[in-house]
Amino acid sequence: MTGFVPHTDTDIEGMLADLGLGSVDELFAVVPAALRLAGGLDLPAGRSEADTLEHLGALAGRNRADLVCFAGAGAYDHDIPAVVRHLALRSEFVTAYTPYQPEVAQGVLQALFEYQTLLARLTGMEVANASLYDGATATVEAVNLAVAAIGRPSVWLSQGVHPSWRAVVHTFAAGTGHDVVEVPLGPAGVTAWPAGVGEGSAPAAVVVQQPNHLGRLEDVGAAVALARTHGALSVVAADPVSAGLLRTPGELGADIAVGEGQPFGTALSFGGPYLGLFASRLEHVRRLPGRLVGETVDVDGRRAYVTTLRTREQDIRREKASSNVCTNQTLIAVAFAVHLAWLGTTGLRELALRCARGTRYAREALLAIDGVEPLGDGPVLREFAVRTPVPAATLVERMVEEGFLAGVPLEPEYDPDGRGLLVAVTERRTAAEIDRYAATFEKVVR
Amino acid sequence: MSGHEGQGGPVSGHEGQGGPVSGHEGQGGPVSGHEGQGGPVSGRNGRMRAHDGGPQPGPAAGGRATSAPIVGRAEEPTIFELSSPGRRAWSLRATGVPDWPAEELVPAEHLRPEPVEVAELSERDLVGHMTRLTHRQYSVDLGAYPLGSCTMKYNPKLCDEASALPGFTRVHPAAPEAVAQGWLGLLGELEGALCAITGMHAATLQPPAGASGELTGLLLMRAWHTERGNPRSKVVIPDSAHGTNPASVTLGGYETVTVPSDERGCVDLAALREVLDEEVAGIMLTNPNTLGLFEEDIVEIAAAVHEVGGLLYYDGANLNAILGVTRPGDMGFDIVHMNLHKTFAVPHGGGGPGAGPVAVSERLAPYLPGPRSVRDDSGAWRWETPARSIGRVHGWHGNALALVRAYAYIVACGGDGLRRVAEAAVLNANWIRHRLRGHYDVPYDRPCMHECVVAAQTLKRDRGVRALDVAKRLLDEGFHSPTVYFPLIVPEALMIEPTETESPETLAALAEAFIRIAEEAGEADAEAPRGTPVRRVDEARAARRLIPTFDARPPA
Repeated sequence: MTGFVPHTDTDIEGMLADLGLGSVDELFAVVPAALRLAGGLDLPAGRSEADTLEHLGALAGRNRADLVCFAGAGAYDHDIPAVVRHLALRSEFVTAYTPYQPEVAQGVLQALFEYQTLLARLTGMEVANASLYDGATATVEAVNLAVAAIGRPSVWLSQGVHPSWRAVVHTFAAGTGHDVVEVPLGPAGVTAWPAGVGEGSAPAAVVVQQPNHLGRLEDVGAAVALARTHGALSVVAADPVSAGLLRTPGELGADIAVGEGQPFGTALSFGGPYLGLFASRLEHVRRLPGRLVGETVDVDGRRAYVTTLRTREQDIRREKASSNVCTNQTLIAVAFAVHLAWLGTTGLRELALRCARGTRYAREALLAIDGVEPLGDGPVLREFAVRTPVPAATLVERMVEEGFLAGVPLEPEYDPDGRGLLVAVTERRTAAEIDRYAATFEKVVR
Repeated sequence: MSGHEGQGGPVSGHEGQGGPVSGHEGQGGPVSGHEGQGGPVSGRNGRMRAHDGGPQPGPAAGGRATSAPIVGRAEEPTIFELSSPGRRAWSLRATGVPDWPAEELVPAEHLRPEPVEVAELSERDLVGHMTRLTHRQYSVDLGAYPLGSCTMKYNPKLCDEASALPGFTRVHPAAPEAVAQGWLGLLGELEGALCAITGMHAATLQPPAGASGELTGLLLMRAWHTERGNPRSKVVIPDSAHGTNPASVTLGGYETVTVPSDERGCVDLAALREVLDEEVAGIMLTNPNTLGLFEEDIVEIAAAVHEVGGLLYYDGANLNAILGVTRPGDMGFDIVHMNLHKTFAVPHGGGGPGAGPVAVSERLAPYLPGPRSVRDDSGAWRWETPARSIGRVHGWHGNALALVRAYAYIVACGGDGLRRVAEAAVLNANWIRHRLRGHYDVPYDRPCMHECVVAAQTLKRDRGVRALDVAKRLLDEGFHSPTVYFPLIVPEALMIEPTETESPETLAALAEAFIRIAEEAGEADAEAPRGTPVRRVDEARAARRLIPTFDARPPA
């Protein structure tokens, strides 16, 4: 194949002649002969567009995309309005890069400015950055900010935070040397914060997730108060859909809000690209990771947007940087903003409400089944955990045969017997689907 | 169901556009003093008068929009200004679930009393707004984008098609292996292809961007040394390195040691040998380097670093130059990150998402992040976490749909096509360098790889025209600017990466534009650009009077 190179053989000959070269190989004369790859890459020959798509289509066909989805755990099966695909996938957004030249990047810059405003409103914060990779890495960045701001290495991380997110925090702590302390959940499925702690181990950050990994509503105010007691920053990993109904982290006094932005504008997509949400109080703006878009004017005094406070960023701070983020998730942020704008003020609340209704409806149906018990009993919003009479992984396998993705089996830390199952219900799930799901569930666990 | 406004409704006046001036949105609302109140100038397509400049007054419900961004110079209002109470685009499916009120679902202490104020727009207004924004945006699909170090190549549309297949998009990341065999198979195949291209043994596809890949690589380095008794304390990088490198080194818990470049623009081997000792965990190199030059001493560099027990890290930012020509693994590198959004046709998305897989040699494979997709004896794919894994670096499996795009690109190109990519990329860069010689400074004037660095030092000295001015002038010529002021070791640098997908005719036009700018260089260049949606932007003001959200705007 051509490698999508436009040059004809004649073009190449002409250009080589301009350079005084006789062959393409001479372009690579600087590469020591011993390093040159003899015989080419060990890859199949190129294929036509149609053949490539047929191959990819065959792979896609080996996935079950038809399952009725009750799985969540940070990845939710929401309806995505047509406008998202048609607007966020316009090639002007898709094929631009970082707006280094603001004069020709006002489209991306303004879209990001609107995204930042929407996220600040959702979280009750004053500033939001132009996106991070995903919820997990946004949590890492929040921890890094807090440690840098407070000057202590210790971090208290609720076990109600998504297990994978915690795992990522631990991975990166190996480099930064943070001392990450996990705080377990109590029997009611919410974080059991320690009452008193010695001076030596005071944290720089207290991290809580709302709703938490079991779907339970946490007392965010208590986590914030605890952080204040220790002079630490409070970090709330907040679900953006629940924001339609819940008090914001900002209102409850949190310093930093992070989260996973996938529910708005992004399909399940096997986990990526998703969207790391990051917002904070204004006082932390000079430690904000990643890019920030600000409003300004051009030389003619017209409103314009530009990436600002650039001296925070890794390419300028170099070894003094506290974050190395460069490429982010701008396109996913644009999709998020389009979906949210389409929902608007009333639609967001209605969406959150419908998720909560479906969740209650499904929870009541499952808990009515003999042997199914609540795991972490108490208020939930869009997701809940149950203990099932059979191993959760087995249940999920059997339910696949009936056309359902029944949920996500919980890690042993939540249920050592492997019978914990996390179930999510979005506005896509109808009462009829939930009824059928519960009936199948009952059949499978019997 | 909700009636979508502007869709099939009986409303006669088109919102905002299309009709005569009457009936534009916002009229009849309780709004006074909103922008454009001097009386809209009617014209073809109801175009409003362009604003005269200066920040507009505060929010006004249903702020007037105009299609002038494409035909003139009007500002585009934000969605918050376009918002009008009661207007909506949304509709949600009928579920048949009982409609319990919020108060019964959410405990009072958690329930917010008022909805979050988002914006209230019709779908038509939202589409109009976003479409007008796209008309204020340069992109690869529009024209050449010679932004050095970023590899802004054309991304074939078949990759978009592949990544939009419902069989990929509608799969939950926690789905059991048995129902995601296509996904696991794709990831496994892609890992194999990337290893074949780089000459490495195994890879993680989790890192969602190049910087994440760098940090992953440094943590691999740390794990390797830690297990041998001493994590070591220093990582060496050349003075021409990307800024991300030293930032990653710091976050990896290491101290940066910088080695100078020699007069050829390559790592000074003697200087490198001086800093190497048993506290050096490794070296991070980009090859070809950020000057677009191949590190000819790479074999000697590798031997010297390995001699003190250090590891070699390959920053794959410039991998496009060597596809099918040579491989980092053959050069002696132990850890390689790739930017799939540069080399393998994942579009850059206005700043992301990208993907930054990390491939390693056999001895480092046990430390890779997990899980990885591996094939068992029966031919089925399953997840497996390497024995001494450093842990996860992403919440799920990385930027999966970006990985589909890269895989589709590699399949379509094949080994032969990838080699042709490198050839044309290197040919184009050398041709541009050749054309610009004599018009711009060429600080390291020897054959380059996929990009070349020229400079505006002489222009600045003789005519007061800086690299920044050249970049802005180029916008008026209809091209995106090159990367400027990087690498840091070249004053007034203009780093040009044409990529392989630009034709010789486009290259010639680009070169002519550069040359015209040099020939006409003068005071007027400080005024460039003139023909862009906005002109030079006051960056100092943006930082001094920070307005990070619409709500932070000062009152009108």
